[in-house]
Amino acid sequence: MKTHELPDVRGHFGKFGGKYVIETLMPALQELENLYEEAQKDPKFKEDLNYYLKHYVGRPTSLYFAEQLTEYLGGAKIYLKREDLTHTGAHKINNTIGSALLTQRMGKKRVIAETGAGQHGVATATAASLFGLECDVFMGEEDIKRQALNVFRMRLLGANVIPVTSGTRTLKDATSEAIRNWITTVESTHYIIGSVVGPHPYPMIVRDFQKIIGEESKQQMMEMEGRLPDTCVACVGGGSNSMGLFYPFIENEGIQLVGVEAAGHGIETDKHGASLTKGSAGVLHGMMSYLLHDEDGQVTEAHSISAGLDYPGVGCEHSYLKDSGRATYATITDEEALEGFKLLSSKEGIIPALESAHAIAHVAKMAPEMKKEEIILVCLSGRGDKDVNQVADRMGVSL
Amino acid sequence: MSRIQKRLDSLNGKKALVAFFTAGDPDMDASKDIFAAIEKNGADIIEIGVPFSDPLADGPTIQASSYRSLNNGTTLEKIIQLVSDIRKTSELPVVLMTSFNPVFVYGHKEFVADAIKAGVDGVIIPDLPHEEAEGFLEIAEGLDMIFLLAPTSTPDRVQQIGKVSKGFIYYISLTGTTGTKEALSSGLGEKVKAIKTSVSLPVLVGFGISGPEQAREAARVSDGVIIGSAIVKLIEENKDPVERDRKVGEFIASIQQAINP
Repeated sequence: MKTHELPDVRGHFGKFGGKYVIETLMPALQELENLYEEAQKDPKFKEDLNYYLKHYVGRPTSLYFAEQLTEYLGGAKIYLKREDLTHTGAHKINNTIGSALLTQRMGKKRVIAETGAGQHGVATATAASLFGLECDVFMGEEDIKRQALNVFRMRLLGANVIPVTSGTRTLKDATSEAIRNWITTVESTHYIIGSVVGPHPYPMIVRDFQKIIGEESKQQMMEMEGRLPDTCVACVGGGSNSMGLFYPFIENEGIQLVGVEAAGHGIETDKHGASLTKGSAGVLHGMMSYLLHDEDGQVTEAHSISAGLDYPGVGCEHSYLKDSGRATYATITDEEALEGFKLLSSKEGIIPALESAHAIAHVAKMAPEMKKEEIILVCLSGRGDKDVNQVADRMGVSL
Repeated sequence: MSRIQKRLDSLNGKKALVAFFTAGDPDMDASKDIFAAIEKNGADIIEIGVPFSDPLADGPTIQASSYRSLNNGTTLEKIIQLVSDIRKTSELPVVLMTSFNPVFVYGHKEFVADAIKAGVDGVIIPDLPHEEAEGFLEIAEGLDMIFLLAPTSTPDRVQQIGKVSKGFIYYISLTGTTGTKEALSSGLGEKVKAIKTSVSLPVLVGFGISGPEQAREAARVSDGVIIGSAIVKLIEENKDPVERDRKVGEFIASIQQAINP
């Protein structure tokens, strides 16, 4: 089977995806689609992108055999794809460098972004600084409180951080506000979406910029083990690091793909971010996908200890992978994620982002059930420095 | 011929006035009174807003109104009931303006059937462009699907949308969200003129028209105006129901006077 060729020409992944936006934005989406297609055919674009990914971002990131963790859990061998080692400390930069290069190609001078944990905001501010673009980042007031360090980093990088006070004051509303700003400024501004969400062609473009995670992993796995893993695991908020890891493996049908959603206080409560596990099809932020909403179609609040997973929607290609059965989705609670956070820190000397800690926590559950010769590949999407204050707080330690 | 078309045809060159308010803000009974006040003072079509948790095309005024209405427990079902109640005493064309998700969750078929039965004449779904509306258009017989055009629309899109839209074309006067501008964007007249060379439907102008002055200007170059945020703001500011309905009524009359002097 070939790596699948979705979305179709109209941006659909089966019934999911599409372009559910106001007419004002439709021409800009078409323009972006055309420009992206041209860029892909232009060897210079690829060359520039590879140059910055290598010399600026620090790719390829290493694939690391987590021997201590493997031994401790006593089952499958665990490999970590170290996206935490990229410049700015998370996979988000893979997309923002590519998108900033597209912005240059468009001749636009300003970019906007939404951010939850602040990682995409920092990555966008970084790329904007590198390429001399004006940058406004929309961030929920609640997240600004949770992620003070990243807010300061963005400002240091020259970006304006615009507090969003509507609705739940988290990632959902930051995204809504970014879209509203884009509706107003579309002629001069490119919107750099941080995940595989939004109207077509965004889910496809962000996936394409992130699929380097899976492509490198495949090659590195062949070099280190002489074979591909049995299972790939990654956390899913919007789902960009997981889509980036999964995409190149879709064609390898024997390999299990497992996304890990935020169960927050538990999926039996109403405080979680598990759109795929507990939601149903709906339309938010320009696409059809699984969504947390009530029986009247009003979007409900998501909750997660990790700001990056605190989102009621999810990338439309994940919805497709779920319904087609090609990927499965598990959930991890706030408490379990904290255990994962501590586990990786103590066993491997790697402090993971709270988002990635969800993937680690799930690996801690599944590895002991697997045979020692089996291999789990897990995406360590970001480093945890940004979360240290919050975790200390939860542990009752004052810094 | 639909009620909308009949009404617009009957204007005979006079400019149309479409008035918007959010259903359920401050409550459903008030919505009936507000409807009556608007009708009495000369609106041609009333657009009833269905509140949504994430209204992406709306500026702060209608967003806040949406949240107030949702906090009161407003649902699409109750709004359809509201129209059905209004229909007992009014023949004015009614259009529902809604984000797509509440309709999607309600079910296309059920929505179309219930809306028609209640006496809804048209529907505007800003985040459902015609490319995604095929399934809806197939079954929407009897309900005018009104599509939007924007300053950014390409000539190709103007043609396509002109073909599928029913009732009228909702022209977004500015590149922005609802209620966002002090002055009308320059070049409005040329844009509308360009649309009218390939589209036979009436072209009504909305978004950011806040008072008689702008309404007069917009109506001069189009077939009529749509006013939303300014009315919603009056509703927000006037807590006393009698005062509120009087002010909304006076405002509508002043717009009618401005566009058809």
